[in-house]
Amino acid sequence: MRKALMAASLFVLFAALLYVAVNPSDFGAELGDHLVFGEPKYTDMDSYFIHNGQNQTAANNIVTSIVFDYRGFDTLGEASVLFTAVLGVGVVLRMLRGDENDE
Amino acid sequence: MMSKIVRTQANILYPLILIFGFYIVAHGHLTPGGGFQGGAVIATGVALVAISFGYGKIKKWIKKTNLTAAEAVGLLSFIIAAFTGIGTSFFCNWLANSGLIFGDTVPYGPNPGYLNTAGLLPIMNLAVGIEVLGGLGVVVMYMLSAAKASEVK
Repeated sequence: MRKALMAASLFVLFAALLYVAVNPSDFGAELGDHLVFGEPKYTDMDSYFIHNGQNQTAANNIVTSIVFDYRGFDTLGEASVLFTAVLGVGVVLRMLRGDENDE
Repeated sequence: MMSKIVRTQANILYPLILIFGFYIVAHGHLTPGGGFQGGAVIATGVALVAISFGYGKIKKWIKKTNLTAAEAVGLLSFIIAAFTGIGTSFFCNWLANSGLIFGDTVPYGPNPGYLNTAGLLPIMNLAVGIEVLGGLGVVVMYMLSAAKASEVK
């Protein structure tokens, strides 16, 4: 029963992915746009970063200028996630430790 | 503790790994890499020394409290550096093109790369690098201490 259910859900998922791959998706397109598979809708965000990143942030590395400047909140979240993960590791492994007198 | 060959090679490689990691952090606004990657490289140096010399010896050299302090200081200085541009907006890069420290302008297009540019980005890279080296280093130290504690019992 479980295997049949699994096979059926896999088949449905495969059929859906195949349908999306064959038919051009109009996700994110405006009304009246004609989209072809493999040619997504033209967005001006990437060319904006490439043409203005050096002038606005004065950094040669566009990736760093996006990560630390344009998308700074994302990096703040990443740093907080790392901090919280290290906190969790410390909380879990502090109980296992045998020598308590080294700090 | 591992064999003498491993310990000798760790002695030679450890400062080179640290220099390479700080190079990646300091040149984060010019070359591929940045705070996260450079901090991870430095933490691999910590892991190399800790594994080759054994946890019992290394815990007197590399204190966990120092690493946790480095992590907290890195995250705090990152947030403070983000708050310095609060006059315009959070994460405003007010130092770029200002003529102050890290304030030189950069010519458009390919150029050799100048260190004294990019405003707040090198400062944030350094803060994140310090945070990541403290965080990953203390994770390595905690795991080694837990392994030692479980092997004694």
